[in-house]
Amino acid sequence: MSQNLPALLVVVPMLLAPLAALLNRSGPAWAVATAGIWFSFVTAIQLLQRVMAEGAITYAMGGWAAPIGIELRIDLASAFVVVIVSSIGAIGVLYARTSVAAEISEDRHALFYAALLLNVCGLLGISVTGDMFNVFVFLEISSLSAYSMIALGQDRRALTSAFQYLIMGSVGATFIVIGIGLLWVMTGSLAMMDLAERIPMVWESGQGDRTIAVAFTFLTVGVTLKLALFPLHLWLPNAYTYSPSAVTGYMAATSTKVSVYLLMRFFFTVFGKEFSFEQMQLDMVLMPLALVAILAMSLVAIYQTNVKRLLAFSSVAQVGYMVLGISFGSVLGIAAGIIHLFNHAVMKGALFMAMGCVMYRIGSVRIEDMKGLGKAMPWTMGAFVGGGLSMIGVPLTVGFVSKWYLVQAALAEGRWFVAAIVMVGSLMALIYVWKVVEVAYFQRREDEAEIREAPLGLLIPTYALVAASFWFGIDAGTTSSVAISAAETLLGVMP
Amino acid sequence: MGDPGMIVLFTVLLPVIGAGLVLLLRNNENAREAATLITGAVTFAHVLALLRLVRAGEVPRLDILEVVPNVWLSFEVEPLGMVFALVAGFLWPITSLYAIGYMRGHHEENQTRFFFFFAIAIAGAMGVAFSGNLFTLFVFYEFLTFCTVPLVTHHQTEEAKKSGRIYLGILLTTSVGLQLVAIIWTWVLAGTLDFQTGGILAGTASTGILSAILVLYVYGVGKAAVMPFHRWLPAAMVAPTPVSALLHAVAVVKAGVFTVLKIAVYVFGIDLLQTLTTTTWLAWAAAVTIILGSLVAFKKDNLKARLAYSTISQLSYIVLGAMLANEMGIIGGGMHIAMHAFGKITLFFAAGGIMVAAHEKNISRMHGLGRTMPITFGAFFIGSLSIIGLPPAGGAWSKWFLGMGTLEASQLGLLAVLMLSSLLGLYYLLEVPVKAFFFKPPEDAHHHEGIHESPTPSLIAICITASATMGFFLWPDLFHELMQMVVSGGAP
Repeated sequence: MSQNLPALLVVVPMLLAPLAALLNRSGPAWAVATAGIWFSFVTAIQLLQRVMAEGAITYAMGGWAAPIGIELRIDLASAFVVVIVSSIGAIGVLYARTSVAAEISEDRHALFYAALLLNVCGLLGISVTGDMFNVFVFLEISSLSAYSMIALGQDRRALTSAFQYLIMGSVGATFIVIGIGLLWVMTGSLAMMDLAERIPMVWESGQGDRTIAVAFTFLTVGVTLKLALFPLHLWLPNAYTYSPSAVTGYMAATSTKVSVYLLMRFFFTVFGKEFSFEQMQLDMVLMPLALVAILAMSLVAIYQTNVKRLLAFSSVAQVGYMVLGISFGSVLGIAAGIIHLFNHAVMKGALFMAMGCVMYRIGSVRIEDMKGLGKAMPWTMGAFVGGGLSMIGVPLTVGFVSKWYLVQAALAEGRWFVAAIVMVGSLMALIYVWKVVEVAYFQRREDEAEIREAPLGLLIPTYALVAASFWFGIDAGTTSSVAISAAETLLGVMP
Repeated sequence: MGDPGMIVLFTVLLPVIGAGLVLLLRNNENAREAATLITGAVTFAHVLALLRLVRAGEVPRLDILEVVPNVWLSFEVEPLGMVFALVAGFLWPITSLYAIGYMRGHHEENQTRFFFFFAIAIAGAMGVAFSGNLFTLFVFYEFLTFCTVPLVTHHQTEEAKKSGRIYLGILLTTSVGLQLVAIIWTWVLAGTLDFQTGGILAGTASTGILSAILVLYVYGVGKAAVMPFHRWLPAAMVAPTPVSALLHAVAVVKAGVFTVLKIAVYVFGIDLLQTLTTTTWLAWAAAVTIILGSLVAFKKDNLKARLAYSTISQLSYIVLGAMLANEMGIIGGGMHIAMHAFGKITLFFAAGGIMVAAHEKNISRMHGLGRTMPITFGAFFIGSLSIIGLPPAGGAWSKWFLGMGTLEASQLGLLAVLMLSSLLGLYYLLEVPVKAFFFKPPEDAHHHEGIHESPTPSLIAICITASATMGFFLWPDLFHELMQMVVSGGAP
């Protein structure tokens, strides 16, 4: 049993998805989804512990070893991402029970939970597989299920947003599959570890080095589209704004994170740091884009009037922080990127869930409708302030830990202007968080007495994430040492 | 009283417990205020217990937890922190006493929230005083910023909202944008954030880089209000007067100058400071703030606004003391933390008392009011003497040492600035009691007949701080002794 955990992690949610759909009733479908995702969560924690203790785990699917068969390969970086996805999923599915009941019509609940299970399966699959084509397959599983979940939003604009995402996502997926195809043609392999050995040989032979470069470019563009790096982020704001609250909270915390992981996997494991950074000069492309993302998207966030949209633009800016970390190409920088994967998942999840609570009670998340909520829904707005502190990067929150490493990575290379931009980004976060706080706490509303606090079914999962954003900010030892070791593994420098 | 580390922890935690009690007892006003006063007194008793240890040469220390690898949240009580803790710890119960009279006399709303955040803010101030490294200092520095926002915006009016924006905006811009960068830079260079006598930065980088970091620190500590980052302080004056008195004349602003002193002594070290090019520039930047602050105070008719600009000016005395980079300057700066605190809080107490008893905010309308409120204006007079630096008030000593510091640094220009500013202070502060006692009331003023003083609890508080101000002229030894320990490297 325990040898098969890497496979079960992905297979269990996959098999439970059709079951949830077949049950076709809200309660049982939810129970199946909860069981499946929590199983993955527990498994993920066990895997992380095992990887921390024993090093990377490989698992040959069906007993066929790579490069012939498909290999699952879990090192620290993937184990960490698996834990992020499954833990957010586990909290998200608890939250979904109440939120989905309010926002999605009853006859579609079972299908929603089936889609959620498939999404979790896809994201976990991307994180654990060691096979390039497998990445594409799982990417499609997670994307298709995401499109359908977004389309379930109450607002009719959810349909167009889902369609927009479908088009953009498919372009990204196509780019990725083209890149994989080119690599396969040049090397005859799809297994990542195998590719890592063959690509340098092809490159050095001088025959087809251009094809390798083109494959690299296709993969980079494809993945950056999926992770919504500026300027390929256009699908994200609408998708996050109009999808059901439960979906936004979960997706914002997971799907872009897995894509960032994928980017690192491609750059560092498959192509290797030397190729990516010295031959292709990736840092020259990624760093400016990341910095523009941080500044421009934070600025756009400041001017939003819909809080979900505001948070969506802030997510694009935060992706900039992660990519910025990667673009340093140093252990400290990549560790900063990895740790921000987790930290941002926790805080943005909390913020979107708080907005879900607001949506549940007043049916809107426009700023002007949030007047007086500080008094009417003190716990909900308290959660928003808690998550907001993290966004700003106040010490003893996770947001601070991310900034601590990111600025250190910048200053260690003497790039003080990058450090300055990171700080400017924090201050812009202060502006857009404070904007909401001001309306909620400084303006009164007439029907204050009629609005009640959100139900516990929503508040408890929300506060689980708020608590995590403080807990892992106060005791960041575990997350930061895992992130640093993961970065060392990716770069192939052993401590 | 057991393990010294535990006493430190309790000193920081007690105000938090007090805040919890305030929430619990929210339905019974008297019990609620009793909770504040009692926790205040117990906290101060803990500070005194620590004082005994520090004077005996001990350095109580407590490592709480490792936040990121090798960076600890930890407390350490050294003499400079002791000065700050003594001031904040003593003035908290006094201000609470004052606040009881003020908040009830002024019929303020949301008093529970007020007393709750007030106690929390004191916990923040204690945390700043006892922080064992730069990281911990930064944590509590920011904590203090955030927990004072609900106090500044207490009235929840449009004006309060605007002030809240300025307050948070400036304090966070400077601390996150400059100070945090400087801290991380220090960490990258020195590999430690601990406070050490003689500093941790010496020899880690070129003079140019260290000079730049010094600038980041001094301007990054926005709470020290060196111009042009001073606007938050007048903005904070929309808060109820007890907040202006304790937080914006003592706890928050002193946390700022305390941080500057601490960084000067324990991160850079006096010897290193003397070699940096920017030290003198920053001393002059502080000098400019001193003069401009006084000049603006001159022009303010609103009493609280005038006091706020006077505070800006006086804070830069301490920054100046640190940037003189010699023993006298540091001693003077440290003593001025205490002396200015007692003097300025007396002035704010008086201003609030006048607001409650006579409903006057503007100096031009206070003419003749001295006859109805003789004790309040008498206290104002004593507080003014201390700020100006005249006997028989404690401020004379700190200014004396600061003046000696400028001579030792051979900066006669800076000495002239100190003198000029005192002259300006002589006018803009003493104008208030003089006109109150000797001028005729304005025609349309409706002053009470006979004596009509501040509310009794407030009056008691005013008398205590005013007497303490005079007491420190006769007995300044305690603060001098502690500061002497700081410069002679007794600890840490």
